[in-house]
Formats: sequence, C-alpha cells, structure tokens
Amino acid sequence: MVKITEVEWVENAIGRKVPKRIGNEELFPYEGPFAHRPHKDHKYGPKLDYMADQTSEIVSTLSEAIDKVGLKDEMTISFHHHFRNGDMVMNMVLEEIEKKGIKDLVLAPSSTFPCQEETIIRCVKNGTIARIEGGSARGEIGRMVSTGKYLGHPMKIRSHGGRVRAIEAGDIKIDVAFIGAPSSDELGNLNGVNGPSACGTINFAFVDARFADHVIAITDHLVEYPNFPMSISQELVDYVVVVDKIGDPNKIASGELRITNSPTRLKIAKDAVRIADLLGYVKDGMSFQAGAGGISLAFTEFLHQEMKEKGIVARWAQGGTTKFLVDMLKDGSVHKLITGQAFDTVAIESMRNDPKDHVDLPIGAYANIHGKGCTVNKLDIVVLGASEVDVDFNVNTATLSSGLVAEPVGGHSDTAAGSDLCIITIPLFRGRYPVVVDRCTTVVTPGETVDVIVTERGITINPRRTDLLEKLAKVKIPRDLRICTIQELQKMADEITGGRVEPNWGDEIVALIEYRDGTIIDTVRNVLPKYYDDAIFVDRDDINDLERREN
Amino acid sequence: MRLRRSRLYVPGNNPKMIPPAGLYGADVISLDLEDAVGPEYKIDARMLVSEALKVVDFGPSVEVTVRINPLSTEWGRWDIKQIVCEKLDGIYIPKVETPEDVIQVDELVTELEDKKGLPMGRIKLFATMETAKGILNAHEIARCSGRLEGITIGGEDLTADLGGERSSDGIAIHTARQLIVLAAKAAGIQAIDTVYSDFKDMDGLRKETNMVRIMGYDGKACIHPSQIEVIHEAFNPKPEEIVQAVKVMNAIKVAKERGSGVIALGSKMIDRPIVLKAEKMLSRARAAELYIPTIEEIMQGDNGSDQNGKKGGGDD
Repeated sequence: MVKITEVEWVENAIGRKVPKRIGNEELFPYEGPFAHRPHKDHKYGPKLDYMADQTSEIVSTLSEAIDKVGLKDEMTISFHHHFRNGDMVMNMVLEEIEKKGIKDLVLAPSSTFPCQEETIIRCVKNGTIARIEGGSARGEIGRMVSTGKYLGHPMKIRSHGGRVRAIEAGDIKIDVAFIGAPSSDELGNLNGVNGPSACGTINFAFVDARFADHVIAITDHLVEYPNFPMSISQELVDYVVVVDKIGDPNKIASGELRITNSPTRLKIAKDAVRIADLLGYVKDGMSFQAGAGGISLAFTEFLHQEMKEKGIVARWAQGGTTKFLVDMLKDGSVHKLITGQAFDTVAIESMRNDPKDHVDLPIGAYANIHGKGCTVNKLDIVVLGASEVDVDFNVNTATLSSGLVAEPVGGHSDTAAGSDLCIITIPLFRGRYPVVVDRCTTVVTPGETVDVIVTERGITINPRRTDLLEKLAKVKIPRDLRICTIQELQKMADEITGGRVEPNWGDEIVALIEYRDGTIIDTVRNVLPKYYDDAIFVDRDDINDLERREN
Repeated sequence: MRLRRSRLYVPGNNPKMIPPAGLYGADVISLDLEDAVGPEYKIDARMLVSEALKVVDFGPSVEVTVRINPLSTEWGRWDIKQIVCEKLDGIYIPKVETPEDVIQVDELVTELEDKKGLPMGRIKLFATMETAKGILNAHEIARCSGRLEGITIGGEDLTADLGGERSSDGIAIHTARQLIVLAAKAAGIQAIDTVYSDFKDMDGLRKETNMVRIMGYDGKACIHPSQIEVIHEAFNPKPEEIVQAVKVMNAIKVAKERGSGVIALGSKMIDRPIVLKAEKMLSRARAAELYIPTIEEIMQGDNGSDQNGKKGGGDD
C-alpha cells in the first residue's frame, strides 16, 4: 500500500490535500465542478473482432467462455449491480476464475452488495483480485479497503457518471465484461425486462459492453432470436452462457418499499417539499429525482400529494424508480419516467408494460460530464442523503464519521452538480454522531454544487445561492419552518452530540475519491483497528437510509 | 388563553423520542409518566423526564407539560416533586374524580414553586376525567383551582369504566364529552378531547376531530406526530370563515363611522353573538398564524376572480 510519506501532495480547490501521482499514474487535483476538461483527446477504443459467419454465440459452460476470451493474470473484469443483493453472477464468475488459478485481476464493478462480500474478500486474500476499481464499496468490502492490509493499490471511488467517464477515457480498460442478462437470444441481444431474474434495466452495463475488449453474457432465460428490446445488442457480445439461475428475484427487487415511520424523517421529507415549494421549484413542467432511501421515498410521496392538490404536472422524473414514482406516472402527475435502476417489482413491471413513457437510459446519458449531454443537467430538483455535511456545504457519502469506507456514492456528485436545486435531507445527528460537522471526514460532493440542507431542526441555504436567499426573503415563511445558517446547525449538532471526533487514521492511502470529471477531490487513509467495530448506526432508519441509497 | 389544538403524548421512558418531541409543530407536548410507562420503569422515566426538562430545548412556541401518575399511587407525589422546574409549563393530572384530586396537586405545586424560587402560579394544571364519577363531578372540578386551564376526557378508561365499547362514532362516551365541554365552558376554561388511537387512519381522525370541534372542544390529544397536521386543519378556521369574519368586523367599523345603530351584512342583520364569533375566529386565525386577507383584498376578489379560497390557504 502507498504510504502518505511516499507521495507528493497538492492542495485542491476545496482545500483538501491530494497526491500528485501514485506510482506511474499522474493524478489531477479537483479544480471546481465544471473546470476540468477531458485530459485525453479521444475515447478509448476496444479491440476489433471478427465473427463473420457466426450464427450462434452460445458456449456450453462459463469455464469455456472464460478460456475463449483468453482471460489472463492482471486483466480487468467488470460487472453491473442491477441484481443488487440478489446477484449470483459475480460469485459464479469469480469462483470459476479461482479454479483456473488466474491471479492479480482488477475488479471493476459498478457497485458491490453484501451477497458478494464473502467471495470478493476471499479472492482478495488468495490473490485472485489485486485491486478494486469502483464504483462504490460498502459493508465488509469497505472495511477491508479501510484496513489497508489486503489490496496493493488504493481503490478509486467514483460516482455513476464518473465511472462511465473513466471507462470511456480508458482510465479503466476492461478486458472482459461479464454481463448478467435476464433475457438473451443466441447472438447476445440482451434486456433486463423479461425472464425470471428481470431487474428492469441493465444499462449500467452498457458502457462496459461498448468499451470492453470482450463481453460474456450470462443468462438464465434464452429466448427466440431476435430478443426485443435490444438493450445491449449482439454487435457488442462475444459469447452467451446459459446457466440455471443468475439472481434471486426476491432480493433483486423489494416487493414493497415502505415509507419510514420515523416522525423525524417524515418531518425532514415534508419540510424538503415545503422549502422547494417556497423557493418556487414546485411548478408545472418541473423535473426531479429522489431515490429510494427512507426520506427520499417520503419526499416523493409528499411531493405527489402537494402536486395533486395544486394540479401541478411534472415533465419527468428519474432515478432509482419505485412504486411511488410509477404511481405518479399512472395518475398523470408526471409525463415521463427515466430509470437508472428499478428498485421494486412495480417499477420493473412498469418498464415492461409502459415502454413509451417509462424508459431507461445508458448511465452516460444520465450523468457523464464528459459526454455530449446528460439528463442530470436538466434536473430542477434532486433530493439526496449524506453521512456528513460540513459548514462549507461539502458532502460526505463515502465514509462514516469513523473514517471507514462504508457507503455507496451512487450518482450523488453527478446530480448535485447537474441539478438546479440540490437538497440534502439529513438528520442533524445519528446516535451520538453529528451529521452537520465543521469539516467532513471525506468529501465526495463539493459544497459549490449543494444548495439546501434540510434537517429536522432547521433548514439552511448555501450562501453562494444569493438568488435563493432573495427569493426566500420575499415569501412568508411558516412559523414551524426554521431557517438558519449552517453554522447554527453545526453548533446545535455539536451541543447535542459533543462534536465530531477525528478518526484514528493510519499513514496509508487506501482510497481516492475521484470527482465525476476525473480529478481527485479527496483521499481516504486507513483506519487503525480500534475503530473497526465502532457501530455508528443506532437504529433501523439509519441503516435503511444507507442500504437503499445507491442511485 | 393559549392555543392548544394538539397535545402530543411522548412516552416518558423513551430517550430517543423525547428530544425531538417539540419539532413536529404540536401546540402542547405531554411527557407521559402514567399509562405509557410500565410499573418497573416508573422511577427511570421520572428521572429521564426531569433531566430532559432541564436540558432539552423543545423550541420557543410549544407548551411543555408532564402527565403525572395519580396522587393515589405511590409515584404521583414524587413525580411532582421532581418535575417542577423553570421549563415546566403544565401538569396533566389523570383519573381525577373529585376537586380534592386537583387541589392537592395545586397545593403541592405552590409549595414547590415557593421552595424552588419559581414564579408563583405559572405552572398550569389540567384535569383528566376518565371514570363515570369524575365525569359527573366535572362541573365542580373545573372550578376548583385557579391554575386549571383545561379539562380533558380519557376515552379508553372511561369506556372501560362504563362497561361500554369503543366505536367509530364514540357513542359510549358521547354524553361524557358533552358534560366535559359544558363544565369547561361554564368555568371559562378549555375542553380538550381524548386520543384517536388508530394513528394510520387519518380519515377517522379527521371525522372525530371535526365532531369535537363542532361540539365546542378547543383541542385534541394525539399519540403520533402524523396526527398533528390533521388536528390543526380541523381546528383552524377555514379560509371562508376568516373571510366572513373580516367582513363582519368591517361592517361594524363602517356602521360605527356612520353612527348607525343597525348593522347589516348583505341581507343579514349582525347581532352580538355574530360579532363575538367573528372576533373569536380572527383571534384563533392570528394565533395559528393563518393568512388573514384585508377587506380590500376580499372586495377585489369578490369583484374579480375567486382568489379568496387560494389566498386563505392555511400555512400551519
């Protein structure tokens, strides 16, 4: 692992020290949300292939497919996370690779889930995996990263849009993409809407398919040629492997997501709707994104009620889609839905039955800053969570206050930068840990891109948004909506919890937080053992917030 | 008298629920030492509540009260001794059957205010009648203490005492509800209704709250923060009622200016009860910080589009 004393440091635009280079790799310090231009002229190009007279790409076993694409030591393999905690593909593939004795691979998934932890950790320990290129790391994998013991190279943590950028730029060169496909035909036309392991969309894998040298599709539902819709088309797929089962449907999507019962969180969600309304954002033709975390679901529900009461219709909504958004589509409160991931069975059904108004998009079209257009830039409102927010409005969504890498960053920094009104909804404290702090343990989303923070004890507007403050000065603020400064919030949090405690950092760099444009916004060091078992989350609501917050 | 539309019960033995209790917009919070707390936790809860009263900032506008155990139990007297402090606004006394039950508390609180150097008489009392005997003595109870600002009815216990059944129309305690409101108003204090215990059934809550408001009640207890908004909606004057009240008050003003003794609004004569009702309506609207349009705005609205309804939307 790389010691902090072995690298040369430079201060980036938000005052965080980041390495200038690690090994042979030159790094770019964060310059501002839209400042950094692509550092390469052209997109990375994958291998050309030759399959002129081929009429079927089916191979009988996974092992054979791996042999055929010529997977070797030190190559990079990738996976998508649409099967969420019901995924069987990654474990299946890694086990096969272990058997072949291939070593030192780079694992580059779009995200990981608890069901893969055991296999990944074993593969890291036995040398099959030498490095992880995020995506995100959470749970036990995050803990492993934070020990600094097993991986030879710092993990890069990227947003959804940032991962697409990195692949297109060739920062991540995928040798073999393994794509779990809920349905496929014999030439590898793939989609996520049909089959027993349907997950709605497989568009996180789109960039992998386009830029990997080789693509192996793994399906449990082989259909007659041609398979419609062709979400990922045959021109990108080398081989198709048919197996018994690629996912556990009960864990791929939740049957029924419930709105939190916590009065505090309900208040936060309701107040977020009220402040958006007071600021004039709840209006005809609006667009918004709110995820599937406890507060976000409640936000969507309260927004829906408000819109119905006032007869407001939104143009579109996007994000991890759920029943709550589908309900809005059905009753005409929103014209169109764009799905990044489908979180429940209702969303998956809706994608299957309503392909005209409920669509998915490649993640690059959703959030890639170095693409030629992305939907986040057209968002009016986004509602996001956080593990910490500081007085500069910087947001941490990657580590806990104890410094452990533990949370998925998802599309946080992408949507914050793109949207016009980025609302962070958080409790002021969790257990005895303050959430509004003087300085974030780790920065993922820069304060310049964050506009409003809503807590149960007060709402604050980023002073950079003078336009919002002017708007607010002109409206009557209801008595129970307390508007205050971020410093006041931080003071309140400190008084209740006793303040933030600096993590017990070691002297190794275990992760780099890469901003969506490829620059480095922050560095994460290893955490010394006494903090490993520090339990930060004291109740189910906190855990729910984090578990579901992925998009 | 202050606005007491909603009164939120908070279990006195739950350290997680007490600190945020003031955040949900309730007019009153009642930290509960009685029914929400099992016998084995009574003393813990008392310590927790008395500490919370000292250190938790419940916010500037909420009335902070404690529901104590009855004085007839081993806990009641000690509850009062420990909770009386600067930040306590009021005490709810459960299972009151006679004026003595209130007077004893009054005397003890007076003694403690004196001993602790607190302003005399600031801590208000509220009596809950939840037995047939208590209900029939309500008239005497309501007049027995200068600290008493309201009386309430305990629906569950009363129904049990009567041997009746709880039903959606509340028929078993209907007369009791009327006796309570009569006793309260005769004594010039507030009447506050019992809880609606199914906190997911908002329609049922709305219906019941509207019913007790029509009966003359000033507020209603609640067991979940999500009930507060519905209760406030029901007790708040409606936009059209506010408009009507503004028109009445304007008609009075105009008549006075003209020196006319007879006052009419449209085709209706305005008499004293109508004026009193309008005054009450406006003072309630002001207390709830509702939007009150000026007479010019109303006239404009009447002549042009129908803006009254929209503008009057409550922002509570």
